[in-house]
Amino acid sequence: MSNYRLQILICGGTGCVSSGCLEVEDALVESLRKHGLYEETKVIKVGCFGFCEQGPIVKVYPDNTFYVRVEAKDCEEIVAEHLLKGRPVKRLFFKEPSTGERYSHHRDMPFYETQVRVALKLCGIVDPENIEDYLAVDGYDALAKALTEMTQMDVIDVIKASGLRGRGGGGFPTGRKWETAYNAESNKKYVICNADEGDPGAFMDRSIMEGDPHSVIEAMALAAYAIGADEGVVYIRAEYPLAVNRLKIAIEQAKAYGLLGKNILGTDFNFDIQVNLGAGAFVCGEETALINSVQGERGEPNFKPPFPAQVGLWKEPTVINNVETYVNIPQIINNGADWFQSLGAPGNPGTKVFALAGKINNVGLVEVPMGIKISDIIYKIGGGIRGGKKFKALQTGGPSGGCISQENIDVEVTFDNLEKVGSMMGSGGMIVMDEDDCMVDIAKFYLDFTVEESCGKCTPCRIGNKRLYETLENISKGKGKIEDLEELRDLGVIIKDCSLCGLGQTAPNPVLSTLNFFMDEYRAHVVDKKCPAGACKDLLEYVVIPEKCIACTLCKRVCPVDCIIGEPKVIHVIDQARCIKCGACEAKCPKDAIVKQ
Amino acid sequence: MISITLNDKPMSVEEGITVLDAAKQAGVYIPTLCHMNLHSLNMHNNPGSCRVCMVELEGRRTLAPACTTKVFDGMKVRTNTPKAIKSRRTMVELLLSNHPTDCLICDRNNNCELQSMASSLGIRKIRYSGERMRFDSDTSSHAMIRDPEKCILCRRCETVCNEVQTVNVYSAKGRGFDAVLSTAFDMPLYDTTCTFCGQCASVCPTGALVQRSYITEVWDEIADPDKLVIVQTAPAVRVALGEEFGMDYGSRVTGKMVAALRHIGFDKVYDTDFAADLTIMEEANELIKRIQGGGPLPMLTSCCPAWVRFIEHQFPSLIDIPSSCASPHEMFGAIAKTYLAEKLGVDPKKVVVVSIMPCLAKKHEANRAELATEFPHVDYVLTTRELASMIREAGLSFGELEEADFDKVMGESTGAGVIFGTTGGVIEAAVRTAACKLEGKEIDKIDFTELRGMDGVREATVHVAGMDLRIGIAHGLGNARTLLQKIKDGKADYHAIEIMACPGGCVGGGGQPLLQTYSLEGDKMAVIEKRAKALYAEDADKQRRRSHENKEIQQLYAEFLGEPGSHKAHDLLHTTYTKRGVYNINLPSSK
Repeated sequence: MSNYRLQILICGGTGCVSSGCLEVEDALVESLRKHGLYEETKVIKVGCFGFCEQGPIVKVYPDNTFYVRVEAKDCEEIVAEHLLKGRPVKRLFFKEPSTGERYSHHRDMPFYETQVRVALKLCGIVDPENIEDYLAVDGYDALAKALTEMTQMDVIDVIKASGLRGRGGGGFPTGRKWETAYNAESNKKYVICNADEGDPGAFMDRSIMEGDPHSVIEAMALAAYAIGADEGVVYIRAEYPLAVNRLKIAIEQAKAYGLLGKNILGTDFNFDIQVNLGAGAFVCGEETALINSVQGERGEPNFKPPFPAQVGLWKEPTVINNVETYVNIPQIINNGADWFQSLGAPGNPGTKVFALAGKINNVGLVEVPMGIKISDIIYKIGGGIRGGKKFKALQTGGPSGGCISQENIDVEVTFDNLEKVGSMMGSGGMIVMDEDDCMVDIAKFYLDFTVEESCGKCTPCRIGNKRLYETLENISKGKGKIEDLEELRDLGVIIKDCSLCGLGQTAPNPVLSTLNFFMDEYRAHVVDKKCPAGACKDLLEYVVIPEKCIACTLCKRVCPVDCIIGEPKVIHVIDQARCIKCGACEAKCPKDAIVKQ
Repeated sequence: MISITLNDKPMSVEEGITVLDAAKQAGVYIPTLCHMNLHSLNMHNNPGSCRVCMVELEGRRTLAPACTTKVFDGMKVRTNTPKAIKSRRTMVELLLSNHPTDCLICDRNNNCELQSMASSLGIRKIRYSGERMRFDSDTSSHAMIRDPEKCILCRRCETVCNEVQTVNVYSAKGRGFDAVLSTAFDMPLYDTTCTFCGQCASVCPTGALVQRSYITEVWDEIADPDKLVIVQTAPAVRVALGEEFGMDYGSRVTGKMVAALRHIGFDKVYDTDFAADLTIMEEANELIKRIQGGGPLPMLTSCCPAWVRFIEHQFPSLIDIPSSCASPHEMFGAIAKTYLAEKLGVDPKKVVVVSIMPCLAKKHEANRAELATEFPHVDYVLTTRELASMIREAGLSFGELEEADFDKVMGESTGAGVIFGTTGGVIEAAVRTAACKLEGKEIDKIDFTELRGMDGVREATVHVAGMDLRIGIAHGLGNARTLLQKIKDGKADYHAIEIMACPGGCVGGGGQPLLQTYSLEGDKMAVIEKRAKALYAEDADKQRRRSHENKEIQQLYAEFLGEPGSHKAHDLLHTTYTKRGVYNINLPSSK
């Protein structure tokens, strides 16, 4: 192995790939060659750094300089100035929007300062396509320890003692799940990794698989050893080609190193993993639907019990955990249950990765200890609301989560607390909304997703959610009646009570939580026929302020439906009956005389 | 046994049963829609998807479906709380908000589970409105109409077709609001491997799968003074028709049925049982020839058109083993439009043959090109249900009709013809005649009870003329598949096999009166058995019980056909089959 003087880590996550990291890599290599540094510099495409909004991200070792929004044209400067002359390119440092301060090291940045990285520990550090990198940071040590020093029950006991709860949304204690599968009598058992991350905006599982696939493999092997399984399946969305590819490479490497296959590490433990591509149905993230899909059947849930740990894949006991849950496991085995319990909040140990998005300054993947206040995530890590606007709500838990309002902004994030305030953990989406977001519109948006993604098996989800959506649509068009609001709540509760699987049981959450916390907005829509946030197009009117209008006819000329009445020197008027609310007039008016209200 | 509390009453129940089972034991009614367990048919449809049977469990936050929730020790369940009732009503209202409201003109009017559910819940207003799912009706087949707009996704058709009949025509497709039960690639039913057995229609709770009716056409033919409209009735009809008029299961209404058909205005009322005897003459002859002439063996009976479609699609390599005999009602049609027309001095073109059958597949069969000369042997097939409908339409008080007899020439039948309507009956009828032929004399034994019963797959050995005649019997296509696979694998050494597509044979046919599900859970077979027993009783009451003893049959051979297997008999009474295979279709190429 040759020695390198310099290491350059380029984020190779999907976010940075789409913002151009591959071009950056090419340009860097070219500049390195040009300046004769290529031989002594190692360029590595690593996993996600989490700060996707600032991508592509480039990190230079040994001085640990953190460059953001690097473009191909910047590479020459980085090489010529920083690498050759030792003068870092300051303009590529991250600039905190609220203070304007620039940071050369990521650990000083408010975005990273509060974060605790367990699940994402190796993302952005190891080369995901090289098992040696993983081995160098004690990779597969936990597996070796379990296979040589621990009984199956020892492993389960550690996981139970750690208090780890499923990160896929349900929060079920992982150790108990494993114990059930261990106790189930059968000659054949399976381990499944649920990598069918379907919540819009959530991408922690993808990032982990792209950045640290070996941790997932090692954890699955640990689960398999613990319950007595010899076959594993990773069910992963086909829309994650990079993750699929890296996972396959990792599996092949693990096999080549004898870490998968027969007689692993010289023991009589056998374990193999196959990768199963999902076609992208949201409901296939539900474990029984996922199992049906793996079996080549229609991806729809079955009733539980029996739970998969009792009767799962091919009717055999099956442990099914999601990606983020798994990556915690090797570290728990290595560091002990107490270490894990020391992170997070009572009953909710460990960390949770959130995909922070929406009207917030710092968008990206953040990992925080459980029990952190929502306000800390939004203001410390997220850097506050974009454009200095007012916070309105935080939507958590994916499409079937709920909206948390200002009054609950200091709630500590745990599985139970989020449910108490009408939302849920889900897989960890966090979308920040500001005063410009209409809560009726938001509820409608999420419900549209679940209506689309319902499998259609049970009546309440198939028809009930559709009716909820239609009612919301009527309200957002100004056709709602006051009794609709009670009807929404009534039906929403019944859908939650009666649906077959978690999708239907949670789908009305966006409606119910916004009804609870933003009733005024609903009332404004149905009583006043107004959308206070100005988001529901049908409730808007573009009007001309006569005092400001200079009767220039510019708006009249740009109107696509010719609904502006007026001529030079005659104050213009918009014919509301014909206006399609495109906003072209407002944009054109030189005097800001046209406003929407 | 474990202890639970149901509606405040403690009770002791078996472990492993559902709340619904426990409620039934306690005499507590919980309405269900999707749920259907027909244990004796091995049909278990428990998707838990309609969510109508929701009940409250103490300690559980959400409601629980009674149909799929297993009891546990100490369980406290309440079935009729305001919350449960409200949810139940909401589920039905939601279903209704997505359902056509043409109940008055629906085939299942007054016999629809959704309709009666709405009625029993007292729904007078549907609180929900919005988009309704839109699909075209599938009218491609002569047997059935599929109207997906009426589908409530109970999945019963899928279960019965896939698990009981193993034909696999239906599965759910699409998702969310667009989910519906459909065929592969949305093919019209006619192009699928559907056998038209109609078992799906007999379990469908709504009008999504219904028989294709020809009542209007038949009335028009009856009204046409130029036509000689003759009707024949299959054996299974006479032991089930009474159910439509409130009579007990297994009531024998042969005489009243004949009277009703005369009242309706059919010119001649004949009996398919006569043609069954004719079938036996041909089939027994063929069997003896195949046994004595070196095969091919086994010989499979060919009376059941659904079964014929099944072998054509599923086992094309075995296409040579079914008997070449056409089914009885087709033989009837062929003779009616030749021999009978000549005897009555009527232009065969003006003869209209209507078959009353317990079957939907017969509707399809009547349109098979090989079962026609210049005109089809059979013009219309009506089911038992359709006949009941015509009787009601004609304003007849069925129970009060005076019993009447079939018309002469093609109206006489033996007990052998009667038992064609039940599993084991066709082969017993064939053995009754074949045994005499092989022995060369009339033997004493008439009842071959070893061939009777309701087990799905049966085998028996009959000793005749110094040889062991090995017989296999299957009813239900899943059972037929088992038997056929054995033959295909060379693991069977039967001489003859009888297969009927429907559970219990024609008495359980897809055209028979529909059985309400709740009271009959698990007992559909008991009803079917009662019908079968009635057929055996009718057989026992017959003076002549072997087909070759039928005087009218003897006369037919003497005057017209010559002898069984004659050239003329072959022309008129035998048929051919086509190797069809599974989804032998050209899919549209992707562009």
